[in-house]
Amino acid sequence: MQVLETKAIEVTDLTVAYQDKPVLWDIDLDVPPGVLLSIVGPNGAGKTTLIKAILGLVRPAAGNVLIYDKPYEMQRRIVGYVPQRGTVDWDFPTNVLDVVMMGRYGALGWIRRPGRQEREQAMYALEKVGMEAYTTRQISQLSGGQQQRVFLARALVQDATVYLMDEPFQGVDATTERAIVTLLQELRANGKTVVVVHHDLQTVEDYFDWVMLLNIRRIASGPVAEIFTPENLRETYGGRVAFMKE
Amino acid sequence: METLNILNRLDYTLMIVAVGAALLGTVSGALGTYAVLRRQSLLGDAISHAALPGIAIAFLLTGSKAPLILVLGAAIAGWLGTLLIMSVVRLTRIKYDSALGIVLSTFFGFGLVLHTLIQRTGNANQAGLDTFLFGQAATILARDVWTIGILGGVAIIVTFVFWKELKLLVFDEGFAASLGFSTRALDILLTSLLVIAIVLGLQAVGAVLMSAMLVAPAVAARQWTNRLSVMMLLAGGFGALAGVSGTIVSSSAARIPTGPTIVLCATVVVGFSIVFAANHGLLWDRMRQQRNRRNLKVEMDGLFKQPQQGND
Repeated sequence: MQVLETKAIEVTDLTVAYQDKPVLWDIDLDVPPGVLLSIVGPNGAGKTTLIKAILGLVRPAAGNVLIYDKPYEMQRRIVGYVPQRGTVDWDFPTNVLDVVMMGRYGALGWIRRPGRQEREQAMYALEKVGMEAYTTRQISQLSGGQQQRVFLARALVQDATVYLMDEPFQGVDATTERAIVTLLQELRANGKTVVVVHHDLQTVEDYFDWVMLLNIRRIASGPVAEIFTPENLRETYGGRVAFMKE
Repeated sequence: METLNILNRLDYTLMIVAVGAALLGTVSGALGTYAVLRRQSLLGDAISHAALPGIAIAFLLTGSKAPLILVLGAAIAGWLGTLLIMSVVRLTRIKYDSALGIVLSTFFGFGLVLHTLIQRTGNANQAGLDTFLFGQAATILARDVWTIGILGGVAIIVTFVFWKELKLLVFDEGFAASLGFSTRALDILLTSLLVIAIVLGLQAVGAVLMSAMLVAPAVAARQWTNRLSVMMLLAGGFGALAGVSGTIVSSSAARIPTGPTIVLCATVVVGFSIVFAANHGLLWDRMRQQRNRRNLKVEMDGLFKQPQQGND
């Protein structure tokens, strides 16, 4: 028997299918508390689906997900979520502060409106991501990097213990990428667990301490130093690795 | 002289009609904001067309033309139509727009058949049912105004109570679900509000053009503001404006159907907004472009002059 350690996220035998096509097949994943984990794999590997399955947004055909030993429904308050930036309409008539305050809606529950406290939390989060000068800015007037920072600020006000982020580096400028990495590392330093869907193999070793290689099945997962090997990458990408490790 | 004429016509009947049109314009305009922001403008069209057979069936079953009964029939049919569209999309390979087209025309055709049958029966009581096609605001009575006011008022209050949840649903459904809000329940709530807004306007505007009352005011309002609350207020105001002006114009002459008149008035509001709205309007854009070009020209002139002066 292995020692029973608390896991931040524990995925067991997870299978998700759209109609009859499996998108995730028999996934097992243990994420210990306080790691910065990237999920890496080719397009169509099921990375976004895995995040959504952990959040209960897609119904699995089989399997189980636990957050700190309990089902997600019981742990919503300690989980923060950053969806892909492209999933929302940035022409929606609202401003930056309003979007960030949405991160408090879960804690507020039904009907109760955000007030001064939520406003202050949102302001603080916007300072954290360097967007305090943009509070009243209409969201359609933000650059891609700024949109991403707003989404991160919205997750920060959730004040979660576990964060799930879908492609936070997609289409952002180099400055924003640096700022996001610093923020992620700060979260980890505060004992948070952060899971990030990531595209860029070049930066995995610099940014993350854990990695999961995914291509419908889990190829491998664990500390980057052990798992991020040419053999595993070849297995994940089917030999067509656009990335050569020295 | 002309104003005096119009004022003279503002008798009691016309007052009732105008109040009714203002109320339904406000409700459909305000709730149409969500339809436009969710890109569901066509769903409104489907609901209004699908509601037609409901009116006929409600009349056939009860023999009554009480507004509440007809509205209920229309609402149930509109709801069934929406449900059918969603089921077709979920269970078959038919895409959303095709499913919408099929359901819309099937229900509407069925409604036309039923209405023709009712007219053939020679039931004296059926007079006026045909107004549900193109709308006849002149048929609005005090009891209709009460129905519109109470049901529309409830819809607006519900919108206000669930303001934060509906905003979140429309902006970011996945995030809303991750926070634990039942997006299915919210979706049903929002669709129900749309159904109410639509069936309330059927008598005055008609099934064929009712969706314009949902879409046009919201589109016009979006040109003027970047805030959801202001957009909804403006859309309600524009809806009321179009409703009142349309009914007054159509009541000024016999047999002008009100629906098309109201829609034309709403179109004027949309056209005006698209051209003249500050920040978004075409005119504003043009002015800004010219100003930018002028500024750029001044800068360029400055840039090119300097080296020339150096050469001299």
